Amino acid sequence: MDTATPAVTVALHDGEAVVASSSQVDARRHGELLLPAVDLVLKEAGLKLDAVTGIVVGVGPGPYTGLRVGLVTAAAFSSALGVPVHGLCTLDGLAYASGIDGPFAVATDARRKEVYWARYEDFRTRAGDASVDRPADIAGQLAGLPVVGAGARLYPEAFPDARDPEHQSAAALAGLAAEKLAGGEGGFLDPLPMYLRRPDAQVPKNYKVVTPK
Amino acid sequence: MAADEPLVLGIETSCDETGVGIVHGTALLADAVASSVDTHARFGGVVPEIASRAHLEAMVPTIERALKTAGISAKDLDGIAVTAGPGLAGALLVGVSAAKAYAYALGKPLYGVNHLASHICVDQLEHGKLPEPTMALLVSGGHSSLLLSADITSDVRPMGATIDDAAGEAFDKIARVLDLGFPGGPVIDRLAKEGDPEAIAFPRGLSGSRDPAYDFSFSGLKTAVARWIEAKRAAGEDVPVRDVAASFQEAVVDVLTRKAVRACKDEGVDHLMIGGGVAANSRLRALAEERCERAGIRLRVPRPGLCTDNGAMVAALGSEMVARNRPASDLELSADSSLPVTDPHVPGGSHDHGHDHVHEVSKENLYS
Ligand SMILES: [Zn+2]
Repeated sequence: MDTATPAVTVALHDGEAVVASSSQVDARRHGELLLPAVDLVLKEAGLKLDAVTGIVVGVGPGPYTGLRVGLVTAAAFSSALGVPVHGLCTLDGLAYASGIDGPFAVATDARRKEVYWARYEDFRTRAGDASVDRPADIAGQLAGLPVVGAGARLYPEAFPDARDPEHQSAAALAGLAAEKLAGGEGGFLDPLPMYLRRPDAQVPKNYKVVTPK
Repeated sequence: MAADEPLVLGIETSCDETGVGIVHGTALLADAVASSVDTHARFGGVVPEIASRAHLEAMVPTIERALKTAGISAKDLDGIAVTAGPGLAGALLVGVSAAKAYAYALGKPLYGVNHLASHICVDQLEHGKLPEPTMALLVSGGHSSLLLSADITSDVRPMGATIDDAAGEAFDKIARVLDLGFPGGPVIDRLAKEGDPEAIAFPRGLSGSRDPAYDFSFSGLKTAVARWIEAKRAAGEDVPVRDVAASFQEAVVDVLTRKAVRACKDEGVDHLMIGGGVAANSRLRALAEERCERAGIRLRVPRPGLCTDNGAMVAALGSEMVARNRPASDLELSADSSLPVTDPHVPGGSHDHGHDHVHEVSKENLYS
């Protein structure tokens, strides 16, 4: 599952193929939508959650609140069922889904006129860490490259060659994870949030004098 | 205690404490808390994003710690309760998501409950079943409310609330003016013991004969205290910190206890419970004791550890929901930062967000 972007997306994968999946795009209701989506996917497969042998979760980067829904749900499932949680970079799921077999980039909406982004050698191989930047500041380095994800569509001047998919899908994330697990190569991240920004915290100025001067 | 009493785990993440409690009926089995208060101290108040990040980090380890302390398996639980609101939206969401995931994974009923009703219900863990009705005075950095609980699972009526700052907030602000650090409550309580509560006559908010009988206001008091201190400083005189602390504290607890006792008398209620972080204040306890005794009211104040935000209070209310066969919440349960106190819990199918957000106005300063 992945809740790091506006998509609330859940998929069940049996190691060979996706058995069932659900994706809804609603940036404001991750908390409400995720569990019913898990339930729906399992029901469609005719299974209960305890049939699951591992959980894959997108760790972001993502803007805070929604991101935490998926991560805490994965951690709670893992604790309740005694199964492992594997973290994957959310951008890697988008990259994998694109199937692009040459250099490209992935960009998602980071709000505040910024994008989360990373460069890829091909759809399986990220080149460097994910970052958060203003589109205009990275347009030069990504010039001529296709850019996958909603971040590209939001800023067409900076990213003229926007490519599909626009939204994250847990089916792609699970497919990538199944490949990694089958290959025994590991390469998973700890299931911890990738915020890439410090928390907004304004230190209050020294106590405000209330007596008029 | 009967063996068939409900075994419930409760999760609380409405502010800066990640709390997980486990109760068996009215018996407390575990009360695990992870607090991010130290991280907030340098900001002089709770920073929502810092609190949410800390909740995520602490959530599952705190649940596992509580289960271990209680010596039970999660499979034995009869239900999982969680604070659905009111509180900080992002912080609530971490607890609600975790509770839903555990409930779903274990196949247990889920109860999204009201934070304020939980503050009242926690007293059952200390003093046994709550009498019905009970008047409740809840005072903390987030709330100052007077509530009448006829049935803690279904009928909690707001009598009065602060129209501006919460009482605990006033303590924090005065502590800041006096350079005493954050949180302000404990340090002011300590210094006040060595000061004269009658040294300075600070104003009692909303205490006129035409003022609302049960509402509170601490903003005017806060300004009056700050001005008094500034005037001293401007005149180059020493500020008598202990006397200021004692006189300020007396003004707060005088109004709180007077209004609470009056509400009991007016409604013919002979039990008053005091909860919330400020209930740990020694002068509030002493004055309430004195005034309740004079009025023939039985006072119930849980021990300080149960007055501050914790998971045990949520478990206590969850246990009562199970015992009284209240309908469980469903998987769509959402965090509602302004859940009205009149909703002690959020039963399934109630996701129309139809309630009017009358508390929206005060929400701004509830957690600022
Ligand atoms: Zn509280």
